[in-house]
Amino acid sequence: MLQTKLRPLPPAAYARCMAGIIRREGLRWVHQRGRFVSALVRPLVWLAIFAAGFRFVLGVSIIPPYETYIPYEVYIAPGLIAMIELFNGMQSSLSMVYDREMGSMKTLMVSPFPRWFLLLSKLLAGVAVAVVQSYIFLGIAWFWEIEPPAIGYLAVLPALILSGLMLGALGLVMSSFIRQLENFAGVMNFVIFPMFFASSALYPLWRVKESSLFLWWVCQLNPFTSATELIRFALYGRVDWMSAAVVIGCTVVFMAAAVAGYDPGRGLMARKAGAE
Amino acid sequence: MHEPAAALEIDGLTHRFGARRALDAVGFRIRPGEFTVLLGQNGAGKTTLFALITRLYHAHQGGIAVFGQPFRDAPSAALARMGVVFQQPTLDLDLTVQQNLQYHAALHGIAGHTAAPRIRDELARVNLGERAGDRVRLLSGGQRRRVELARALLHEPSLLLLDEPTAGLDMESRGFLLNHVRRLCRERGLAVLWATHLIDEAGEDAHVVVLHKGRVLATGPVPAVVAQAGGAQTLKDAFEHLTHAAN
Repeated sequence: MLQTKLRPLPPAAYARCMAGIIRREGLRWVHQRGRFVSALVRPLVWLAIFAAGFRFVLGVSIIPPYETYIPYEVYIAPGLIAMIELFNGMQSSLSMVYDREMGSMKTLMVSPFPRWFLLLSKLLAGVAVAVVQSYIFLGIAWFWEIEPPAIGYLAVLPALILSGLMLGALGLVMSSFIRQLENFAGVMNFVIFPMFFASSALYPLWRVKESSLFLWWVCQLNPFTSATELIRFALYGRVDWMSAAVVIGCTVVFMAAAVAGYDPGRGLMARKAGAE
Repeated sequence: MHEPAAALEIDGLTHRFGARRALDAVGFRIRPGEFTVLLGQNGAGKTTLFALITRLYHAHQGGIAVFGQPFRDAPSAALARMGVVFQQPTLDLDLTVQQNLQYHAALHGIAGHTAAPRIRDELARVNLGERAGDRVRLLSGGQRRRVELARALLHEPSLLLLDEPTAGLDMESRGFLLNHVRRLCRERGLAVLWATHLIDEAGEDAHVVVLHKGRVLATGPVPAVVAQAGGAQTLKDAFEHLTHAAN
C-alpha cells in the first residue's frame, strides 16, 4: 500500500492558528457587549461603593510595596485587577463549556494541530482579553486617585500575563471536568467567591491573622493571593519573587491538568460520551 | 504495482461506553472518489464512529487508517486531509459567515491570502457568495448547513465526513447538498462518508455500509448489498431484511 508522506506543520502555520484563535476570542468579546460592560462595571462597583464604605473601617498600615499610608481604594485596586482576571478566566471556561454543548468545540478539536497547542492558544486568547480589560480598569481607576508610578503601568504587564495564564488555566481545568452548563453556576460559587475572599485582595493578611491563624494559612496557600501580590508589587515597580514562583508553578500544574482533561481517551470527551 | 491506499480504512473497530458496546468489530474501506453511505437507524453507532475517526475519542481496539497511514501514528496528518460536517451545528452564530470560515482556515494554518479566494469560491459554489458578511444567526438552517459544507472544504481535504448532514432540512436543501457532494466526488476525486438514516439518500451508484447496533451487517455497492439480502428488490427492502434478521 502507498502511504502518504508526513509533512510536519510549519511554525508559520502554528502562528496563524494561534492568531486565528485569539482573533475569534476578540471578536466574541466585542460582540458580547454585556460581558464587556459587566467585566468593567464589577470592579468599579467595588471601587466606588465598597471601598468608599470601608475606607474608615479598615485602616491600612504601611506594608510593602507601599512606602506610606494609603487610602483603602489604593490597597484594593490590585485585588480588583486580579478579580477581573479571575472572572475572565472563569468566563473563558464558561464559553468552553458552552462551545462544547453547542458543538463548536468540535471544530477546534478536529484541527490538525496538537491538542495542547490548541488549548494553549485558547488560554492566551483569554489572557489577551483580560490584559486589555485590566488596562481599561487602570485607566478609569486613575480618576479615583489610584496613581501608581509610570513605570508601574509597564511593569505590571508581565504580572498581568502570568496571573492571567494561571487563572485562565484554572478555568480550562474546570471546563474540562464540568459536564453541563447548568453545573457551572455552582462551581463558580465554590471557586470564585472563596478564592476572592480568602485572599489578600480586600484586606492585608496580617489583619486576617489577628482573627484566625487557620484562615491566614488558607489565604497564604490560595494562589489567588499570589496573583494579587504579584500584581500589587509590579504596579509599584517591584517583583515579589515568591508570588511569581507560585503563579508560574500553579500555571504549569493547571495547564497539565487541562491537557489531561481534554485528552480524548481520559478526559471529558470520553466521559461525556458515556453519558449519551 | 501498488494498489492506491484507501482513503479511509476501518478494521475491527470496537468501542465500549462502560459495559455497553457501541461498536463491535466494525470494518470497511472507502476508496478515493467513492461516495459511501453509512446507513443506520438512530443509535446504530454512526456518531460514535465519526467521533473515533475524528479523534474526539480514542480508538482503543481496532484500527483506523487514512490514506494508508494509521491514525494512531499520525493524527495530525490524517486530520489535515479530512473535512468534517458534524451532525450538531458548529458555526458561531454571532460571527459572520466570512469570520467563521476565516477561523476554520486559521485552525488549519492557512494564510489569509490563500484563504480569501478559497472562501469566495466555496461560498459561490453553495450559492452563498453574497451572504459572506451576514451573521450566521440570520441564515436559515439549510444555508447554515451549506456554510458548514463550504467550511469543511476550505483546506482542500481528500476525505469528507458528513454525519446526518440533511437532518432537519427541507427537500430542496437536502437535494442541493446531496448533489453538491456527489459532484465533488466526481470532479475532485473526493472520498465521502455520508452517514444517514434516510435510505433514499443512497443512489444506485453509491457504496453502502449498513450499520446496526454497532455492527456492520453488509457493505459494498448498492446492487451487491441488495443481493446479499436474498429476495430484496430495493435497498429499503434489503435494509429492513438485514436489520430484522439481526434483531
